Amino acid sequence: MEQAVRLDQLSRRFGRFTAVDRMSFGVRQGEVVGFLGPNGAGKSTTMRMLAGFLTPTSGHAWIMGHDVEAQPLEARRAIGYLPEGAPLYGDMTPLALLRFVAAMRGMSSAQTRENIATAIERTDLAEVAYKPIETLSKGFKRRVGLAAAILHDPPVLILDEPTDGLDPNQKHEVRALIADMAADKAIIVSTHILEEVTAVCTRAIVIARGKLIADATPAQFQAYSEWHDAVALRLLPQQIETAIEALSDIPSIYEVKRMNHAADGHDLLVVPIQGERIASTVADRLLEAGVEIQDFRVETGRLDDVFRKLTTTQH
Amino acid sequence: MRARQTATVFARELASYFATPVAYVLIIIFLAASSAFTFYVGGFFQRGQADLASFFMFHPWLYLFLVPAVAMRLWAEERRAGTIELITTLPVGSFPLVLGKFLAAWAFCGIALLLTFPIWVTVNWLGSPDNGVIAMGYLGSWLVAGCFLALGSCMSAVTRNQVVAFVLGAALCFLFLMSGVDLVLAAFRSWAPGFLVDLVASFSLITHFTALSKGTLPLTTAIFILTLIGTALFVNKLLVDLKKAG
Repeated sequence: MEQAVRLDQLSRRFGRFTAVDRMSFGVRQGEVVGFLGPNGAGKSTTMRMLAGFLTPTSGHAWIMGHDVEAQPLEARRAIGYLPEGAPLYGDMTPLALLRFVAAMRGMSSAQTRENIATAIERTDLAEVAYKPIETLSKGFKRRVGLAAAILHDPPVLILDEPTDGLDPNQKHEVRALIADMAADKAIIVSTHILEEVTAVCTRAIVIARGKLIADATPAQFQAYSEWHDAVALRLLPQQIETAIEALSDIPSIYEVKRMNHAADGHDLLVVPIQGERIASTVADRLLEAGVEIQDFRVETGRLDDVFRKLTTTQH
Repeated sequence: MRARQTATVFARELASYFATPVAYVLIIIFLAASSAFTFYVGGFFQRGQADLASFFMFHPWLYLFLVPAVAMRLWAEERRAGTIELITTLPVGSFPLVLGKFLAAWAFCGIALLLTFPIWVTVNWLGSPDNGVIAMGYLGSWLVAGCFLALGSCMSAVTRNQVVAFVLGAALCFLFLMSGVDLVLAAFRSWAPGFLVDLVASFSLITHFTALSKGTLPLTTAIFILTLIGTALFVNKLLVDLKKAG
Protein backbone atom coordinates (compact mmCIF):
# COMPACT_ATOMS: atom_id res chain seq x y z
CA MET A 1 0.00 0.00 0.00
CA GLU A 2 1.58 3.21 -1.13
CA GLN A 3 -0.62 5.64 0.73
CA ALA A 4 -0.11 5.99 4.45
CA VAL A 5 -3.70 7.08 4.99
CA ARG A 6 -6.53 6.20 2.70
CA LEU A 7 -10.23 6.93 3.03
CA ASP A 8 -12.79 5.30 0.84
CA GLN A 9 -16.34 6.61 0.93
CA LEU A 10 -15.97 7.12 4.67
CA SER A 11 -19.25 8.27 6.20
CA ARG A 12 -20.56 8.94 9.66
CA ARG A 13 -24.11 9.71 10.65
CA PHE A 14 -25.40 10.82 14.06
CA GLY A 15 -29.05 9.90 13.97
CA ARG A 16 -30.37 11.64 10.88
CA PHE A 17 -27.49 14.10 10.71
CA THR A 18 -24.72 13.20 8.30
CA ALA A 19 -21.50 14.57 9.78
CA VAL A 20 -19.19 13.04 7.20
CA ASP A 21 -20.50 12.18 3.78
CA ARG A 22 -18.62 9.70 1.56
CA MET A 23 -15.19 11.17 2.10
CA SER A 24 -12.42 9.73 -0.05
CA PHE A 25 -8.81 10.80 -0.28
CA GLY A 26 -5.32 9.53 0.37
CA VAL A 27 -2.23 10.91 2.04
CA ARG A 28 1.31 9.81 1.25
CA GLN A 29 4.34 9.85 3.45
CA GLY A 30 6.03 13.24 3.24
CA GLU A 31 2.78 15.11 2.77
CA VAL A 32 1.35 17.59 5.23
CA VAL A 33 -2.32 17.92 4.51
CA GLY A 34 -4.23 20.90 5.83
CA PHE A 35 -7.75 19.89 6.65
CA LEU A 36 -9.90 22.97 6.30
CA GLY A 37 -13.53 23.68 6.82
CA PRO A 38 -15.93 25.79 8.82
CA ASN A 39 -16.85 24.69 12.33
CA GLY A 40 -19.13 21.71 12.19
CA ALA A 41 -17.98 20.73 8.71
CA GLY A 42 -16.94 17.29 9.89
CA LYS A 43 -13.20 17.76 10.34
CA SER A 44 -13.06 16.37 13.86
CA THR A 45 -15.48 13.56 13.09
CA THR A 46 -13.30 12.45 10.16
CA MET A 47 -10.16 12.57 12.28
CA ARG A 48 -11.85 10.72 15.13
CA MET A 49 -12.77 7.92 12.75
CA LEU A 50 -9.19 7.71 11.52
CA ALA A 51 -7.90 7.63 15.09
CA GLY A 52 -10.39 4.94 16.09
CA PHE A 53 -12.42 7.00 18.54
CA LEU A 54 -15.56 6.79 16.42
CA THR A 55 -16.59 3.91 14.20
CA PRO A 56 -17.61 4.78 10.65
CA THR A 57 -21.25 4.30 9.72
CA SER A 58 -20.16 3.16 6.28
CA GLY A 59 -17.06 3.19 4.12
CA HIS A 60 -13.50 2.32 5.05
CA ALA A 61 -10.27 3.89 6.14
CA TRP A 62 -6.78 2.41 6.20
CA ILE A 63 -3.78 3.55 8.19
CA MET A 64 -0.54 2.13 6.80
CA GLY A 65 -2.67 -0.56 5.18
CA HIS A 66 -4.57 -1.47 8.35
CA ASP A 67 -8.33 -1.12 8.27
CA VAL A 68 -9.35 1.08 11.22
CA GLU A 69 -12.33 -1.15 11.98
CA ALA A 70 -10.99 -4.62 11.24
CA GLN A 71 -7.48 -4.08 12.67
CA PRO A 72 -7.99 -1.25 15.12
CA LEU A 73 -4.94 -1.91 17.29
CA GLU A 74 -2.51 -2.14 14.36
CA ALA A 75 -3.99 1.04 12.89
CA ARG A 76 -3.73 2.88 16.21
CA ARG A 77 -0.14 1.77 16.67
CA ALA A 78 0.74 3.61 13.46
CA ILE A 79 -1.02 6.81 14.49
CA GLY A 80 -0.08 9.72 16.69
CA TYR A 81 -3.29 11.52 17.46
CA LEU A 82 -3.86 14.89 19.08
CA PRO A 83 -7.56 15.20 19.91
CA GLU A 84 -9.31 18.55 19.61
CA GLY A 85 -8.54 20.70 22.63
CA ALA A 86 -5.75 18.32 23.68
CA PRO A 87 -7.57 16.66 26.62
CA LEU A 88 -5.11 15.48 29.29
CA TYR A 89 -5.18 14.18 32.84
CA GLY A 90 -4.80 17.39 34.83
CA ASP A 91 -3.55 15.68 37.97
CA MET A 92 -0.54 14.16 36.22
CA THR A 93 2.72 15.83 35.34
CA PRO A 94 3.79 15.86 31.69
CA LEU A 95 6.46 13.31 32.52
CA ALA A 96 4.00 10.97 34.25
CA LEU A 97 1.57 11.30 31.37
CA LEU A 98 4.23 10.48 28.80
CA ARG A 99 5.31 7.48 30.89
CA PHE A 100 1.70 6.35 31.01
CA VAL A 101 1.34 6.62 27.23
CA ALA A 102 4.68 4.85 26.71
CA ALA A 103 3.60 1.96 28.95
CA MET A 104 0.24 1.71 27.20
CA ARG A 105 2.08 1.56 23.88
CA GLY A 106 4.20 -1.27 25.20
CA MET A 107 7.60 0.45 25.11
CA SER A 108 10.53 -1.06 26.95
CA SER A 109 12.05 1.05 29.69
CA ALA A 110 15.09 2.02 27.63
CA GLN A 111 12.84 2.95 24.72
CA THR A 112 10.58 4.89 27.08
CA ARG A 113 13.47 6.93 28.42
CA GLU A 114 14.82 7.70 24.99
CA ASN A 115 11.49 8.52 23.38
CA ILE A 116 10.36 10.71 26.26
CA ALA A 117 13.63 12.64 26.14
CA THR A 118 13.21 13.18 22.41
CA ALA A 119 9.55 14.20 22.68
CA ILE A 120 10.23 16.59 25.54
CA GLU A 121 13.07 18.15 23.64
CA ARG A 122 11.09 18.50 20.43
CA THR A 123 8.14 20.11 22.18
CA ASP A 124 10.34 22.11 24.54
CA LEU A 125 8.68 20.87 27.72
CA ALA A 126 11.71 20.42 29.95
CA GLU A 127 10.91 23.37 32.20
CA VAL A 128 7.41 22.11 33.06
CA ALA A 129 8.04 18.35 33.04
CA TYR A 130 7.42 18.05 36.79
CA LYS A 131 4.49 20.44 37.17
CA PRO A 132 0.90 19.17 37.27
CA ILE A 133 -0.68 19.60 33.85
CA GLU A 134 -3.68 21.47 35.25
CA THR A 135 -1.39 24.31 36.35
CA LEU A 136 0.13 24.77 32.90
CA SER A 137 -0.76 27.41 30.33
CA LYS A 138 -2.80 26.51 27.28
CA GLY A 139 0.29 26.56 25.09
CA PHE A 140 2.13 24.09 27.29
CA LYS A 141 -0.91 21.83 27.53
CA ARG A 142 -1.14 21.71 23.77
CA ARG A 143 2.54 20.84 23.59
CA VAL A 144 2.10 18.05 26.15
CA GLY A 145 -0.65 16.64 23.94
CA LEU A 146 1.64 16.94 20.96
CA ALA A 147 4.47 15.23 22.83
CA ALA A 148 2.13 12.35 23.68
CA ALA A 149 1.14 12.09 20.01
CA ILE A 150 4.70 11.95 18.65
CA LEU A 151 6.09 9.84 21.50
CA HIS A 152 6.28 6.60 19.52
CA ASP A 153 7.52 8.33 16.37
CA PRO A 154 4.49 7.20 14.35
CA PRO A 155 4.43 7.17 10.55
CA VAL A 156 1.04 8.91 10.60
CA LEU A 157 0.19 12.02 12.60
CA ILE A 158 -3.35 13.29 12.97
CA LEU A 159 -3.50 16.63 14.70
CA ASP A 160 -6.86 18.25 15.39
CA GLU A 161 -6.34 22.00 15.61
CA PRO A 162 -2.84 21.84 17.09
CA THR A 163 -2.45 25.62 17.14
CA ASP A 164 -5.95 26.61 18.25
CA GLY A 165 -5.81 29.08 21.11
CA LEU A 166 -2.05 29.53 21.03
CA ASP A 167 -0.34 32.90 20.81
CA PRO A 168 1.54 33.78 17.61
CA ASN A 169 4.91 32.66 18.99
CA GLN A 170 3.56 29.32 20.13
CA LYS A 171 1.84 28.85 16.80
CA HIS A 172 5.10 29.45 15.08
CA GLU A 173 6.84 26.85 17.26
CA VAL A 174 4.20 24.22 16.64
CA ARG A 175 4.33 24.86 12.91
CA ALA A 176 8.10 24.60 12.94
CA LEU A 177 7.78 21.28 14.75
CA ILE A 178 5.30 19.96 12.18
CA ALA A 179 7.51 21.10 9.31
CA ASP A 180 10.45 19.43 11.03
CA MET A 181 8.70 16.07 11.20
CA ALA A 182 7.11 16.28 7.77
CA ALA A 183 9.77 14.51 5.71
CA ASP A 184 9.11 10.93 6.76
CA LYS A 185 5.54 11.12 8.00
CA ALA A 186 2.06 11.52 6.64
CA ILE A 187 0.53 14.38 8.59
CA ILE A 188 -3.05 15.62 8.63
CA VAL A 189 -3.58 18.92 10.41
CA SER A 190 -7.02 20.37 10.84
CA THR A 191 -7.33 24.09 11.20
CA HIS A 192 -9.51 27.00 10.37
CA ILE A 193 -6.57 29.33 10.30
CA LEU A 194 -5.73 29.79 6.65
CA GLU A 195 -2.25 31.16 7.07
CA GLU A 196 -1.37 27.78 8.54
CA VAL A 197 -1.96 26.15 5.20
CA THR A 198 0.60 28.27 3.41
CA ALA A 199 2.93 28.02 6.41
CA VAL A 200 3.18 24.23 6.77
CA CYS A 201 1.03 22.31 4.33
CA THR A 202 1.93 20.72 1.06
CA ARG A 203 -1.70 20.17 0.27
CA ALA A 204 -5.04 21.45 1.46
CA ILE A 205 -8.36 19.68 1.60
CA VAL A 206 -11.44 21.78 2.10
CA ILE A 207 -14.58 20.21 3.44
CA ALA A 208 -18.02 21.62 4.11
CA ARG A 209 -21.14 19.92 5.40
CA GLY A 210 -19.27 16.65 5.59
CA LYS A 211 -18.27 16.63 1.94
CA LEU A 212 -14.87 17.04 0.37
CA ILE A 213 -15.13 20.06 -1.90
CA ALA A 214 -11.56 20.93 -2.82
CA ASP A 215 -8.22 19.18 -2.75
CA ALA A 216 -5.29 21.21 -4.04
CA THR A 217 -1.82 22.46 -3.23
CA PRO A 218 -1.45 25.79 -1.44
CA ALA A 219 0.03 27.18 -4.68
CA GLN A 220 -3.12 26.24 -6.52
CA PHE A 221 -5.19 27.86 -3.83
CA GLN A 222 -3.02 30.93 -4.04
CA ALA A 223 -3.86 31.23 -7.69
CA TYR A 224 -7.14 32.55 -6.38
CA SER A 225 -5.38 35.12 -4.27
CA GLU A 226 -5.34 37.56 -7.17
CA TRP A 227 -8.65 38.54 -5.69
CA HIS A 228 -6.78 40.22 -2.93
CA ASP A 229 -7.28 43.97 -3.15
CA ALA A 230 -9.03 43.59 -6.46
CA VAL A 231 -11.74 46.15 -7.11
CA ALA A 232 -15.18 45.07 -8.17
CA LEU A 233 -17.29 47.69 -9.93
CA ARG A 234 -20.93 48.10 -10.78
CA LEU A 235 -21.36 50.46 -13.68
CA LEU A 236 -24.02 51.60 -16.08
CA PRO A 237 -24.13 49.05 -18.91
CA GLN A 238 -23.37 51.60 -21.61
CA GLN A 239 -20.24 52.83 -19.79
CA ILE A 240 -18.52 49.47 -19.32
CA GLU A 241 -16.45 49.74 -22.47
CA THR A 242 -15.41 53.29 -21.58
CA ALA A 243 -14.27 52.11 -18.18
CA ILE A 244 -12.20 49.26 -19.60
CA GLU A 245 -10.59 51.75 -21.95
CA ALA A 246 -9.86 54.21 -19.14
CA LEU A 247 -8.19 51.52 -16.99
CA SER A 248 -6.19 49.94 -19.77
CA ASP A 249 -2.86 51.71 -19.29
CA ILE A 250 -2.38 51.71 -15.51
CA PRO A 251 0.85 49.79 -14.78
CA SER A 252 -0.27 48.50 -11.39
CA ILE A 253 -3.28 46.76 -12.91
CA TYR A 254 -2.77 43.16 -13.89
CA GLU A 255 -6.03 42.69 -15.71
CA VAL A 256 -9.60 43.90 -15.99
CA LYS A 257 -12.10 41.09 -16.03
CA ARG A 258 -15.74 41.16 -16.92
CA MET A 259 -17.91 39.71 -14.20
CA ASN A 260 -21.22 38.02 -14.40
CA HIS A 261 -23.57 40.77 -13.30
CA ALA A 262 -26.39 38.34 -12.63
CA ALA A 263 -24.29 36.37 -10.19
CA ASP A 264 -22.66 39.06 -8.15
CA GLY A 265 -24.17 42.41 -9.06
CA HIS A 266 -20.83 43.69 -10.34
CA ASP A 267 -19.71 44.16 -13.92
CA LEU A 268 -15.95 44.50 -13.78
CA LEU A 269 -13.20 43.12 -11.63
CA VAL A 270 -9.98 45.10 -11.66
CA VAL A 271 -7.17 42.84 -10.55
CA PRO A 272 -3.96 44.48 -9.36
CA ILE A 273 -0.44 43.17 -9.78
CA GLN A 274 0.22 41.28 -6.61
CA GLY A 275 0.84 43.53 -3.65
CA GLU A 276 -0.38 46.72 -5.33
CA ARG A 277 -3.19 48.80 -3.97
CA ILE A 278 -5.23 50.27 -6.76
CA ALA A 279 -8.49 51.46 -5.22
CA SER A 280 -7.84 55.22 -5.38
CA THR A 281 -6.12 55.06 -8.79
CA VAL A 282 -9.08 53.21 -10.23
CA ALA A 283 -11.54 55.62 -8.68
CA ASP A 284 -9.65 58.69 -9.93
CA ARG A 285 -9.25 57.33 -13.44
CA LEU A 286 -12.92 56.41 -13.76
CA LEU A 287 -14.10 59.79 -12.50
CA GLU A 288 -11.75 61.50 -14.95
CA ALA A 289 -13.24 59.49 -17.76
CA GLY A 290 -16.71 60.50 -16.62
CA VAL A 291 -17.77 57.00 -15.67
CA GLU A 292 -20.48 56.85 -13.06
CA ILE A 293 -19.56 54.36 -10.34
CA GLN A 294 -22.64 52.69 -8.94
CA ASP A 295 -20.84 50.40 -6.58
CA PHE A 296 -17.21 50.06 -5.67
CA ARG A 297 -15.94 47.15 -3.60
CA VAL A 298 -12.39 46.35 -2.62
CA GLU A 299 -12.03 42.61 -2.34
CA THR A 300 -10.35 41.58 0.87
CA GLY A 301 -9.17 38.13 1.71
CA ARG A 302 -6.89 35.86 -0.12
CA LEU A 303 -7.33 32.28 0.99
CA ASP A 304 -10.22 33.18 3.22
CA ASP A 305 -12.06 34.45 0.19
CA VAL A 306 -11.41 31.18 -1.58
CA PHE A 307 -12.33 29.34 1.57
CA ARG A 308 -15.59 31.22 1.94
CA LYS A 309 -16.53 30.74 -1.66
CA LEU A 310 -15.76 27.06 -1.48
CA THR A 311 -17.55 26.43 1.76
CA THR A 312 -20.63 28.60 1.40
CA THR A 313 -21.66 28.31 -2.24
CA GLN A 314 -22.01 24.55 -2.34
CA HIS A 315 -25.16 22.72 -1.45
CA MET B 1 0.73 -6.76 26.80
CA ARG B 2 -2.88 -6.64 27.96
CA ALA B 3 -1.79 -7.39 31.50
CA ARG B 4 0.74 -4.57 31.40
CA GLN B 5 -1.86 -2.18 29.99
CA THR B 6 -4.32 -3.19 32.69
CA ALA B 7 -1.64 -2.64 35.33
CA THR B 8 -0.76 0.75 33.83
CA VAL B 9 -4.38 1.89 33.87
CA PHE B 10 -4.72 0.52 37.41
CA ALA B 11 -1.71 2.48 38.67
CA ARG B 12 -2.78 5.72 37.01
CA GLU B 13 -6.33 5.41 38.24
CA LEU B 14 -5.40 4.57 41.82
CA ALA B 15 -2.94 7.48 41.95
CA SER B 16 -5.60 9.82 40.62
CA TYR B 17 -7.92 8.92 43.51
CA PHE B 18 -5.40 10.29 45.94
CA ALA B 19 -4.64 13.34 43.80
CA THR B 20 -7.94 14.89 44.89
CA PRO B 21 -9.44 15.42 48.34
CA VAL B 22 -12.44 13.29 47.36
CA ALA B 23 -10.59 10.10 48.25
CA TYR B 24 -9.72 11.29 51.74
CA VAL B 25 -13.22 12.60 52.34
CA LEU B 26 -14.73 9.26 51.33
CA ILE B 27 -12.32 7.31 53.51
CA ILE B 28 -12.93 9.52 56.53
CA ILE B 29 -16.70 9.33 56.11
CA PHE B 30 -16.50 5.57 55.76
CA LEU B 31 -14.35 5.19 58.87
CA ALA B 32 -16.45 7.58 60.95
CA ALA B 33 -19.78 6.15 59.83
CA SER B 34 -18.74 2.52 60.21
CA SER B 35 -17.49 3.18 63.73
CA ALA B 36 -20.59 5.15 64.67
CA PHE B 37 -22.88 2.40 63.42
CA THR B 38 -20.86 -0.30 65.14
CA PHE B 39 -20.92 1.33 68.55
CA TYR B 40 -24.18 3.25 68.67
CA VAL B 41 -26.56 1.34 66.42
CA GLY B 42 -24.95 -2.05 66.47
CA GLY B 43 -24.39 -2.01 70.19
CA PHE B 44 -20.82 -3.35 70.04
CA PHE B 45 -20.29 -3.22 73.81
CA GLN B 46 -23.84 -4.12 74.89
CA ARG B 47 -23.72 -7.37 72.95
CA GLY B 48 -20.89 -8.55 75.10
CA GLN B 49 -19.53 -10.79 72.34
CA ALA B 50 -16.00 -10.77 70.96
CA ASP B 51 -16.88 -10.57 67.29
CA LEU B 52 -17.35 -7.95 64.59
CA ALA B 53 -20.89 -8.85 63.51
CA SER B 54 -22.15 -5.43 64.56
CA PHE B 55 -19.35 -3.89 62.50
CA PHE B 56 -19.91 -5.79 59.25
CA MET B 57 -23.70 -5.70 59.49
CA PHE B 58 -23.90 -2.12 58.29
CA HIS B 59 -21.33 -2.28 55.55
CA PRO B 60 -23.71 -3.01 52.65
CA TRP B 61 -25.78 0.01 53.68
CA LEU B 62 -22.78 2.28 53.88
CA TYR B 63 -21.56 0.98 50.55
CA LEU B 64 -24.90 1.82 49.03
CA PHE B 65 -23.90 5.48 49.13
CA LEU B 66 -20.14 5.44 49.32
CA VAL B 67 -19.32 2.93 46.60
CA PRO B 68 -21.33 4.66 43.84
CA ALA B 69 -19.46 7.81 44.89
CA VAL B 70 -16.18 5.98 44.31
CA ALA B 71 -17.37 4.55 41.00
CA MET B 72 -19.13 7.59 39.55
CA ARG B 73 -16.00 9.27 38.26
CA LEU B 74 -14.48 6.23 36.56
CA TRP B 75 -15.92 6.89 33.09
CA ALA B 76 -18.08 9.98 33.48
CA GLU B 77 -15.02 12.05 34.32
CA GLU B 78 -13.09 10.74 31.30
CA ARG B 79 -16.03 11.66 29.12
CA ARG B 80 -16.47 15.10 30.64
CA ALA B 81 -12.79 15.99 30.44
CA GLY B 82 -12.46 14.46 26.97
CA THR B 83 -9.57 12.26 28.09
CA ILE B 84 -11.59 9.26 26.94
CA GLU B 85 -10.45 10.31 23.47
CA LEU B 86 -6.87 10.06 24.66
CA ILE B 87 -7.05 6.55 26.13
CA THR B 88 -9.40 4.92 23.65
CA THR B 89 -7.21 5.94 20.71
CA LEU B 90 -4.19 4.21 22.23
CA PRO B 91 -3.54 0.72 20.89
CA VAL B 92 -5.49 -0.95 23.67
CA GLY B 93 -8.77 -2.85 23.67
CA SER B 94 -11.49 -1.53 25.92
CA PHE B 95 -11.37 -4.47 28.33
CA PRO B 96 -7.97 -3.66 29.84
CA LEU B 97 -9.26 -0.13 30.40
CA VAL B 98 -12.47 -1.33 32.07
CA LEU B 99 -10.65 -3.90 34.18
CA GLY B 100 -7.80 -1.59 35.20
CA LYS B 101 -10.20 1.11 36.32
CA PHE B 102 -12.39 -1.34 38.20
CA LEU B 103 -9.45 -2.93 39.99
CA ALA B 104 -8.12 0.49 40.98
CA ALA B 105 -11.46 1.45 42.49
CA TRP B 106 -11.66 -1.92 44.20
CA ALA B 107 -8.17 -1.50 45.62
CA PHE B 108 -9.22 1.90 46.87
CA CYS B 109 -12.14 0.30 48.70
CA GLY B 110 -9.75 -2.30 50.06
CA ILE B 111 -7.53 0.42 51.46
CA ALA B 112 -10.51 2.09 53.13
CA LEU B 113 -11.50 -1.27 54.57
CA LEU B 114 -8.00 -2.02 55.86
CA LEU B 115 -7.95 1.32 57.61
CA THR B 116 -10.69 0.02 59.93
CA PHE B 117 -8.03 -2.19 61.57
CA PRO B 118 -8.33 -0.41 64.94
CA ILE B 119 -11.66 -2.12 65.48
CA TRP B 120 -10.05 -5.47 64.88
CA VAL B 121 -7.31 -4.56 67.35
CA THR B 122 -9.96 -3.45 69.83
CA VAL B 123 -11.97 -6.64 69.67
CA ASN B 124 -8.81 -8.73 70.02
CA TRP B 125 -7.77 -6.70 73.00
CA LEU B 126 -11.15 -7.00 74.69
CA GLY B 127 -11.65 -10.70 74.09
CA SER B 128 -10.54 -13.59 71.95
CA PRO B 129 -12.64 -13.53 68.77
CA ASP B 130 -12.51 -16.06 65.96
CA ASN B 131 -10.18 -14.23 63.61
CA GLY B 132 -11.04 -16.60 60.78
CA VAL B 133 -14.63 -15.39 60.89
CA ILE B 134 -13.42 -11.80 60.99
CA ALA B 135 -11.19 -12.40 57.96
CA MET B 136 -14.16 -13.84 56.09
CA GLY B 137 -16.18 -10.82 57.14
CA TYR B 138 -13.60 -8.52 55.66
CA LEU B 139 -13.45 -10.61 52.49
CA GLY B 140 -17.23 -10.58 52.21
CA SER B 141 -17.41 -6.88 52.77
CA TRP B 142 -14.80 -6.32 50.10
CA LEU B 143 -16.62 -8.60 47.66
CA VAL B 144 -19.89 -6.73 48.18
CA ALA B 145 -18.01 -3.48 47.53
CA GLY B 146 -16.68 -5.08 44.33
CA CYS B 147 -20.21 -5.94 43.17
CA PHE B 148 -21.39 -2.41 43.83
CA LEU B 149 -18.33 -0.98 42.09
CA ALA B 150 -18.85 -3.04 38.97
CA LEU B 151 -22.48 -1.88 38.84
CA GLY B 152 -21.49 1.72 39.54
CA SER B 153 -18.75 1.63 36.91
CA CYS B 154 -21.32 0.46 34.37
CA MET B 155 -23.59 3.37 35.19
CA SER B 156 -20.64 5.74 35.01
CA ALA B 157 -20.10 4.67 31.41
CA VAL B 158 -23.56 5.75 30.30
CA THR B 159 -23.20 9.42 31.16
CA ARG B 160 -20.75 12.29 31.31
CA ASN B 161 -22.45 13.65 34.40
CA GLN B 162 -21.07 12.29 37.66
CA VAL B 163 -24.22 13.11 39.62
CA VAL B 164 -26.34 11.12 37.20
CA ALA B 165 -23.79 8.31 37.40
CA PHE B 166 -24.01 8.37 41.19
CA VAL B 167 -27.80 8.31 41.35
CA LEU B 168 -28.11 5.55 38.74
CA GLY B 169 -25.38 3.56 40.47
CA ALA B 170 -26.96 3.88 43.90
CA ALA B 171 -30.37 2.91 42.53
CA LEU B 172 -28.99 -0.17 40.81
CA CYS B 173 -27.05 -1.22 43.91
CA PHE B 174 -30.17 -0.72 45.99
CA LEU B 175 -32.09 -3.10 43.73
CA PHE B 176 -29.46 -5.78 44.12
CA LEU B 177 -29.22 -5.22 47.82
CA MET B 178 -32.95 -5.34 48.42
CA SER B 179 -33.98 -8.04 45.98
CA GLY B 180 -34.27 -10.58 48.81
CA VAL B 181 -36.61 -8.43 50.83
CA ASP B 182 -40.35 -9.06 50.80
CA LEU B 183 -41.02 -5.52 49.67
CA VAL B 184 -39.31 -6.22 46.36
CA LEU B 185 -40.32 -9.84 46.04
CA ALA B 186 -43.98 -8.99 46.53
CA ALA B 187 -43.83 -6.89 43.39
CA PHE B 188 -42.73 -10.00 41.48
CA ARG B 189 -44.86 -12.60 43.24
CA SER B 190 -48.10 -11.21 41.91
CA TRP B 191 -47.24 -12.01 38.30
CA ALA B 192 -43.97 -13.86 37.95
CA PRO B 193 -43.59 -17.65 38.01
CA GLY B 194 -42.03 -19.16 41.10
CA PHE B 195 -38.59 -19.79 39.64
CA LEU B 196 -38.28 -16.14 38.64
CA VAL B 197 -39.15 -15.01 42.16
CA ASP B 198 -36.51 -17.39 43.48
CA LEU B 199 -34.05 -16.07 40.93
CA VAL B 200 -34.64 -12.48 41.97
CA ALA B 201 -34.37 -13.49 45.61
CA SER B 202 -31.06 -15.20 44.91
CA PHE B 203 -29.69 -11.91 43.54
CA SER B 204 -29.89 -10.44 47.00
CA LEU B 205 -26.47 -9.34 48.10
CA ILE B 206 -27.68 -9.12 51.71
CA THR B 207 -28.39 -12.85 51.76
CA HIS B 208 -24.99 -13.67 50.32
CA PHE B 209 -23.22 -11.24 52.56
CA THR B 210 -24.87 -12.64 55.69
CA ALA B 211 -23.44 -16.05 54.85
CA LEU B 212 -20.00 -14.54 54.43
CA SER B 213 -20.06 -12.58 57.64
CA LYS B 214 -20.82 -15.78 59.51
CA GLY B 215 -17.50 -17.08 58.32
CA THR B 216 -18.61 -19.34 55.48
CA LEU B 217 -18.16 -18.98 51.76
CA PRO B 218 -20.82 -21.10 50.05
CA LEU B 219 -19.99 -22.05 46.46
CA THR B 220 -23.21 -20.44 45.22
CA THR B 221 -22.19 -17.15 46.80
CA ALA B 222 -18.72 -17.24 45.30
CA ILE B 223 -20.14 -18.06 41.87
CA PHE B 224 -22.84 -15.44 42.20
CA ILE B 225 -20.44 -12.66 43.14
CA LEU B 226 -17.88 -13.48 40.47
CA THR B 227 -20.62 -13.77 37.85
CA LEU B 228 -22.15 -10.48 38.88
CA ILE B 229 -18.82 -8.65 38.71
CA GLY B 230 -17.87 -10.34 35.44
CA THR B 231 -21.21 -9.59 33.82
CA ALA B 232 -21.22 -5.98 34.97
CA LEU B 233 -17.70 -5.45 33.63
CA PHE B 234 -18.62 -7.06 30.33
CA VAL B 235 -21.65 -4.76 30.03
CA ASN B 236 -19.35 -1.90 30.99
CA LYS B 237 -17.04 -2.76 28.09
CA LEU B 238 -20.01 -2.96 25.72
CA LEU B 239 -21.21 0.45 26.89
CA VAL B 240 -17.78 1.97 26.30
CA ASP B 241 -17.65 0.46 22.81
CA LEU B 242 -21.23 1.40 22.08
CA LYS B 243 -20.53 5.08 22.71
CA LYS B 244 -18.07 4.99 19.83
CA ALA B 245 -20.73 3.82 17.45
CA GLY B 246 -23.58 5.81 19.00
